[in-house]
Amino acid sequence: MAVAELGAPLIELRAITKTYGEGQAAFQALRGVDLQIAQGEFVAVMGPSGSGKSTAMNLLGCLDTPTTGEYLFRGIHVEQLDRNQRALLRRNCLGFVFQGFNLLARTSAQENVELPLLYRGEAADVRHAQARAALDKVGLAGWEHHTPAELSGGQQQRVAIARAIVTNPLVLLADEPTGNLDSKRSHEIMELLSRLNGEQDITVIMVTHEPDMAAYARRIVHFVDGLVASDERPGATEACC
Amino acid sequence: MLLNALLLALREIRRNLMRSFLTVLGIVIGVAAVITMVTLGNGATQMVANQIASLGSNLLMVMPGQRLGPGRDSAGAPKFKSADVEAIQQQINGLKVVAPVVGSSVTLVAGTQNWSSTVNGTTNDYLIAGNWKLAAGRLFSDDEERAGKAVCIIGNTVKRELFGNQSPLGNSIRVKTFDCEVIGLLAAKGQGGMGQDQDDTALMPLRTVQRRLTGTLDIGMIMVSLKDTTDSAGVMTQLRSLLRERRKLADNVDDNFNVMDTKQIAETLSGTIGTMTALLGAVAAVSLLVGGIGIMNIMLVSVTERTREIGIRLAIGALENEVLLQFLIEAVVLSAFGGLVGVALAFVACLGLSSLMHMPFLFNPGINLTAFGFSAAIGVLFGYVPARRAAQLDPIAALRHE
Ligand SMILES: Nc1ncnc2c1ncn2[C@@H]1O[C@H](COP(=O)(O)OP(=O)(O)OP(=O)(O)O)[C@@H](O)[C@H]1O
Ligand SMILES: [Mg+2]
Repeated sequence: MAVAELGAPLIELRAITKTYGEGQAAFQALRGVDLQIAQGEFVAVMGPSGSGKSTAMNLLGCLDTPTTGEYLFRGIHVEQLDRNQRALLRRNCLGFVFQGFNLLARTSAQENVELPLLYRGEAADVRHAQARAALDKVGLAGWEHHTPAELSGGQQQRVAIARAIVTNPLVLLADEPTGNLDSKRSHEIMELLSRLNGEQDITVIMVTHEPDMAAYARRIVHFVDGLVASDERPGATEACC
Repeated sequence: MLLNALLLALREIRRNLMRSFLTVLGIVIGVAAVITMVTLGNGATQMVANQIASLGSNLLMVMPGQRLGPGRDSAGAPKFKSADVEAIQQQINGLKVVAPVVGSSVTLVAGTQNWSSTVNGTTNDYLIAGNWKLAAGRLFSDDEERAGKAVCIIGNTVKRELFGNQSPLGNSIRVKTFDCEVIGLLAAKGQGGMGQDQDDTALMPLRTVQRRLTGTLDIGMIMVSLKDTTDSAGVMTQLRSLLRERRKLADNVDDNFNVMDTKQIAETLSGTIGTMTALLGAVAAVSLLVGGIGIMNIMLVSVTERTREIGIRLAIGALENEVLLQFLIEAVVLSAFGGLVGVALAFVACLGLSSLMHMPFLFNPGINLTAFGFSAAIGVLFGYVPARRAAQLDPIAALRHE
């Protein structure tokens, strides 16, 4: 089986819960999620609004800490790491595309994309070249010097994608990366993600509402009410039936 | 890491020029105000101290009349006579000199120039008591003093008004009905403690003024100069009891003369100036505080935006310390820059204002450092503390901050 050959899990969630708020106002956004993702997978996360997709992505991206449960990244217990170790994990292994972009205001697209490289300690010329290349990949060549306020929603989204892929991360986490794009652009982006996944062996985990986009993935995880409701591998299913 | 942080900090300052400018402005105003006020206050104190020193140290001035100040009742009080002067000289120990003074306002004429001034009839001791120096010429001779000859020693202002740049020595000045030969010129002293021109004066032998100008043997004031080691309070009591006795005052009657101590005046005046300086300092401290609050406001208002910025930086892999270092550098650069501009501005302002007000300019390193340090501390504190709080959040919490 093709999937099994991908090896031991890169990412493993064990009974992860996440509760927002306290007491009366407490809300359990994740209610015990178990999930294994292997190196090189392309996973689409789907599910109704409010089902905990972004919450799970934030936990996977080490941006937030689970309330209970275990998160293993390459066998390392992330929930036991301190803040700096998690920051280093984000810096060296993860790329994150936010649902709300989260670009630095009044900062050019080029500088936004260069930022992760800066924290990695890359030299200026390397930063410039790689940032340009990343912007080129998302179809924003010529827009380097525009600030987020001067870019459309779709363009901002593509800057955010460029920023996430510029470091060639081990894992790319994208929360609705095509949410603001027309279908042509969406397919371009999905092809880019597929390429990154196929050629550079980048593990891609992507939230989407559109079945069209999910079709690019080789595995689709459905979230409902803070739980994994289904976990399908369309390709694998076809192969066995 | 340090280089990166510096780069990021400078970029962030440039990117938010308005915010940076307002922060700097707050610090500049605070620093400049404090330094200027305190420096000018010090200058004023120094100026008064100089003027009082020029009055003569350890000097008592004895005048008829009950009290000092406007409307003092000197009309009824008997004047002093030469015998009083001699009695003081003989009966009180520890004195340097005792100089009688009779003043008279007259118009002095030399050639085509005329000038209204005060002529003081006195003895050579006046120069010692009043801390005067001769710039040219000579003192009165015994003969001139005894006979009341028409000779005078003039102050610098009188010389300037009557003789311009020429030497006045040997020339004569017409005073009312007689001509008076100029035998000496006093070294200039400048403004007195109350702003009057001390150099606008002319001295003549006591007898000359009594005989030719006032027409009485009265003495208007006795200047008593003490030796440096003498205690002025002790002399004052002795003087009072001597004069009360000579004036036959009963125990229940108030003094009909009064004794002024220049040291006391000096202390009173510098006390007043000290209070003023303290007041100015307080005003300045308030302005520094207001400046500080301004800085604080700007910093706090930008916290939401900056918290998001911190969240983004943390999310894409910045370490807490890297973010903090960037914010610290930003705050230090802005505060230090503002502080330096403030110090420079204060320097220029003090230089200009003190020359405008004819005051000495005393550069005060202490207040410069204090003001600079305080404002820099405020800037750094309020730039850094909110950043630290934000950097300790989970990235997602910082990003959600509202
Ligand atoms: N910071 C928070 N505080 C309180 N509740 C939260 C917080 N973040 C999310 N939630 C709640 O958790 C639930 C899951 O949110 P999440 O953002 O993960 O949904 P989602 O599946 O990404 O939805 P969408 O498709 O609309 O993006 C929602 O009901 C939301 O109200
Ligand atoms: Mg979401």
